[in-house]
Amino acid sequence: MNYRSSFFILTCIAFGFAFLYIPILSMVVFSFNASKLVTVWDSAHSPTLKWYYALLSNEEILDAAWISLKVAVINASGAVILGTLAGFGLARFSQFRGRFTLNAMTTAPLVMPEVITGLSLLLLFVALEQLIGWPAGRGITTMTIGHMTFSMAYVTVIVNSRLASFDTALEEAAMDLGARPFKIFFVITLPIIFPAILSGWLLAFTLSWDDLVISSFTSGPGSSTLPMVVFSKVRLGVSPEINVLATLTLAVVTTMIVGVSIWMARRAKLDRRPVI
Amino acid sequence: MVPFVIVLKISFSDIDLAIPPYKPLLEWVGRHTLAIKLNLDNYAFLFTDSLYLHAFANSIKVAFLSTLMCLGIGYPMAYGIARARPATRNALLLLVILPFWTSLLLRVYAWIGLLKANGVINNVLLSLGIIHEPLTMLYTPFAMYVGIVYSYLPFLILPLYANLEKMDWQLLEAAEDLGCRPWQAFYKITLPLSRNGILAGSMLVFIPAVGEFVIPALLGGPNALMIGRVLWDEFFSNRAWPVASAVAILLLILLVPFMMWYQSVQARESAGAR
Repeated sequence: MNYRSSFFILTCIAFGFAFLYIPILSMVVFSFNASKLVTVWDSAHSPTLKWYYALLSNEEILDAAWISLKVAVINASGAVILGTLAGFGLARFSQFRGRFTLNAMTTAPLVMPEVITGLSLLLLFVALEQLIGWPAGRGITTMTIGHMTFSMAYVTVIVNSRLASFDTALEEAAMDLGARPFKIFFVITLPIIFPAILSGWLLAFTLSWDDLVISSFTSGPGSSTLPMVVFSKVRLGVSPEINVLATLTLAVVTTMIVGVSIWMARRAKLDRRPVI
Repeated sequence: MVPFVIVLKISFSDIDLAIPPYKPLLEWVGRHTLAIKLNLDNYAFLFTDSLYLHAFANSIKVAFLSTLMCLGIGYPMAYGIARARPATRNALLLLVILPFWTSLLLRVYAWIGLLKANGVINNVLLSLGIIHEPLTMLYTPFAMYVGIVYSYLPFLILPLYANLEKMDWQLLEAAEDLGCRPWQAFYKITLPLSRNGILAGSMLVFIPAVGEFVIPALLGGPNALMIGRVLWDEFFSNRAWPVASAVAILLLILLVPFMMWYQSVQARESAGAR
């Protein structure tokens, strides 16, 4: 690269990252602001933790966060099981009827606008309720099922791409040594694709934790998730508590992502094996 | 798949003031005849009321322009990351992925704080003396574009990076040895080779952006007519489930060609990788 083009590229990168991070950083800074007018810095009383206390004593937000947490954990665990199975099927059985359809069906939710997915799921639940009486009403269960349908697609893609670079000779060796398929899966395959499964779980958890549209369609009375509460608050204007919430979310996410990637890099170094 | 069939069914049925608010499509007429009553009124309604056509057209326009803007910002970034040293590269990639893991809602909310009349941008510009009255930025199309480009940028960078990373940079050196100017080499070699990455990334931005609801609702103001928002309002405010379903079906018909295109690009990309 010559000097001029590298200068251009560097400017673009700097601008791009500024664009990505200035909004986030501004939220963090203003979460310590004393003024109720979120964006006007009250230098006499700031920085302060007063909105942190306010958030932690806000029952509505805490309740919603608890519901979100439950839904996200169940969803992530379910999505990982289903997604691993689907990814396994797609990667291993390269020729079967309906492979293209299964492939298309698992990846469609990745790009499908959420309003369509949400509406379809709701109508499905309503129709099922009329037909077989289940699910009776909407709530946490329907919401979890709804989240699973789209987050398992992400897990499938991750697991599938990890399995694509998997050395099947390892499984064949185990088979030669007399291991049964079931044992091979748990002793050989699963530990090797574990990083992919872990990233799938984390991704499914985050998708569910953040989701507003599908939750709104599939939830019932009394089961408002955190994004739903935040959305209704933000519609009425900015509130300092949301800044605090954003800062806390950011702290948790950053720690998690950085921790996991360091762990994976170390693992990859130990194994000398590419990790997704 | 099943859910879509049900949406299709309900889009053909009548509005009914009951719970759930639509009439059954299949009705027993007499004793043994099952009559199917197809109701095309909802679709006719969509085509006669200019609001819906306008919303569709506007959504496509907004999504298309946002995709172009994402490309304008994202391509140089992906290119720069792909050409960086491996250690820097991983750190930069992590920085691209990180916002993607934080809540979309909260990131959109951050822009409200930046753009509003007494928000950060206006305060900075005022104190620097560049402007004397606050600019109206929030609840305008500008705010909506900023929000969409901001939220979908990582979706474009990642596939594009994955594609550029595999590129053989010696081709560029060869071109320069043969007397190509850098821009010419870029135009003739890098751009055609990264075609699949560009297409895949653009689809990942364009398709969800057409049906976007959260960003226009929070940043776009009351006049930001996007089809995702129309669907939401029909469903939640007007409780017109059949109309909402008809909107969903039309949106789906509109987007399916793009989704299939995306699939074929992906298939080509993974076939090329092996």
